[in-house]
Amino acid sequence: MSTAISQTWYMTQRQLLVFTRQPAYAIITLIQPVIWLFLFGNLFKKIVELGGFGTTSYLDYLVPGVVAMSALSSNMWAGMATLEEIQRGTLNRFLTTPVSRAALMNGNVVNNGLVTAFQSVVIVLLALAGGADYPGGVVGVAVLVLASVLLGTVFGALSNALGMLVQERESIIGINTFLLLPLTFLSSAFMAPSQMPGWMRHIADFNPLNWAMIAGRSALSENPDWGDVSSRGGALLVLAVAAVWLSIRTFRSYQRKV
Amino acid sequence: MSTTRAPAVEARQLIKTYAGDVTALRGMDVTVEPGTVFGLLGPNGAGKSTTVKILTTLAKPDSGTATVAGHDVLRHPDRVRRAIGVVAQGSGADPVATGRENLQLQGRLYGLRGADLSSRVAELLDRFNLADAAKRPVKGYSGGMRRRLDVALGLVHRPEVLFLDEPTTGLDPEARTAMWDEIDRLAGEEGLTILLTTHYLDEADRLAERVAIVDRGRVVVEGTPDSLKGELRGDAIHLELREAVGDAGRTLLEGAIGRLSGLHEVLVDGRRVSVRADDGAAAVPALLTALDRAGVGVAAATVARPSLDDVYLRYAGRRYSEADTEATDGLVLAGGAR
Repeated sequence: MSTAISQTWYMTQRQLLVFTRQPAYAIITLIQPVIWLFLFGNLFKKIVELGGFGTTSYLDYLVPGVVAMSALSSNMWAGMATLEEIQRGTLNRFLTTPVSRAALMNGNVVNNGLVTAFQSVVIVLLALAGGADYPGGVVGVAVLVLASVLLGTVFGALSNALGMLVQERESIIGINTFLLLPLTFLSSAFMAPSQMPGWMRHIADFNPLNWAMIAGRSALSENPDWGDVSSRGGALLVLAVAAVWLSIRTFRSYQRKV
Repeated sequence: MSTTRAPAVEARQLIKTYAGDVTALRGMDVTVEPGTVFGLLGPNGAGKSTTVKILTTLAKPDSGTATVAGHDVLRHPDRVRRAIGVVAQGSGADPVATGRENLQLQGRLYGLRGADLSSRVAELLDRFNLADAAKRPVKGYSGGMRRRLDVALGLVHRPEVLFLDEPTTGLDPEARTAMWDEIDRLAGEEGLTILLTTHYLDEADRLAERVAIVDRGRVVVEGTPDSLKGELRGDAIHLELREAVGDAGRTLLEGAIGRLSGLHEVLVDGRRVSVRADDGAAAVPALLTALDRAGVGVAAATVARPSLDDVYLRYAGRRYSEADTEATDGLVLAGGAR
């Protein structure tokens, strides 16, 4: 057991190198959230006057949405890295060593989780510097970060499964561009649910991206609705477990196809 | 474990069919004695890589058995993995990690820690001439450096059996010669068994003590390079005709040449004619006269000492380069010309 854990850590460390050795990528991935927060946030500042936002500051409202969006959009590409490792021969090299097969997959999950948590915290701090207010305090921020990590795990694991299954960049690019905008706009990222058309609101209820936003937004508010937090957070956890299970299944089928 | 001189690698009747009815192996047999260098030689698509994948526990055969270092690859893949080093065609060292970091990680996966690990890594960096580049990310390495790192990665845990899958494919001539020297040095060491695959005839000739020629998923002939070449009597004469001959012309030509004394194993294939002669240079004039009489123009004639290419031609019934093209096209045509 302890070897499986230490091997998971070696695999995580290995992947974290990509992040720590190429800080430019980390900075680039933060450009979009900054644009959403400060350009979009200022442009639509007065939208809160419509009511239903639960706050008078649109920036406060945006933060959970932007954190969840960035968790989604960065983890969606996890499959590309996996694909590259397959094509480069890295995965097969590890498969001929006695390394625990679980460690190979878990390393991905832990790495993506750590990177997502880091990015989420940076966005929260940037918004704080830009004048956002978090009445829910540190606990609220922690819930938001956790929710975005779970959301990232769901989409990271699905993306990995897709990468191993189709082994084509084009498919990953296609599915991601197809999903990203609809998922974003069919959520409460930019607009209070009460202001959304009814049909959109109903679809948003089934959108995991929206679950992360609701859980985070509620926890960050002055009077968190812990029922909302735990139901959405629990649903994300279930989905994350299912997605990781699926990616492990796909990994097994990859091994049979080698 | 190795007190009995059991084969280091023993595969029996391996059969593997991939999805879409691509039969990669049709009864592959390989036996490699401990401490020797064994070469699997064949064109692309002959089944060399599939064999290596099965022996290194990556793929499972549809049927057949295999043991490596005394362990059954299907029943005890974990024991096999501890005993083998694998240098695949693409070993995929982490490009953002340094050479040293790549080696350290590889060592950790085999349970090496602390001082043991660092001294082994330093030793390998030194030996593969990578010490100066040890602290640089692998993405800045040249092709030859990467290949040396790949081999070092395969040796980190001092394996009993090393698999080298096309170790020099894609290397420039200089790096290729350097890699050959390195493999020679490895071969002389600590009773390491090496199974290498190659589609270069000269590479198998130069490196391997025993060679198995693989064609369409099975071994067609096996032996030492010298014994294989020795089976071919005399010199090889290769002619290139001005025009390809059809089936009728082929029979005619083969008959006409076969009647000449001192010539045998006549093979006419499109524009190419191969003949074996006890004394090649002496036989050429008579051969050219015979072809001239048959009304066939000759563009070029060469006389050569037997090579593994000739062995391949004899046992696989076609020329090596053609088998290579066919395999890449995914077509297996009898005869060659289409």
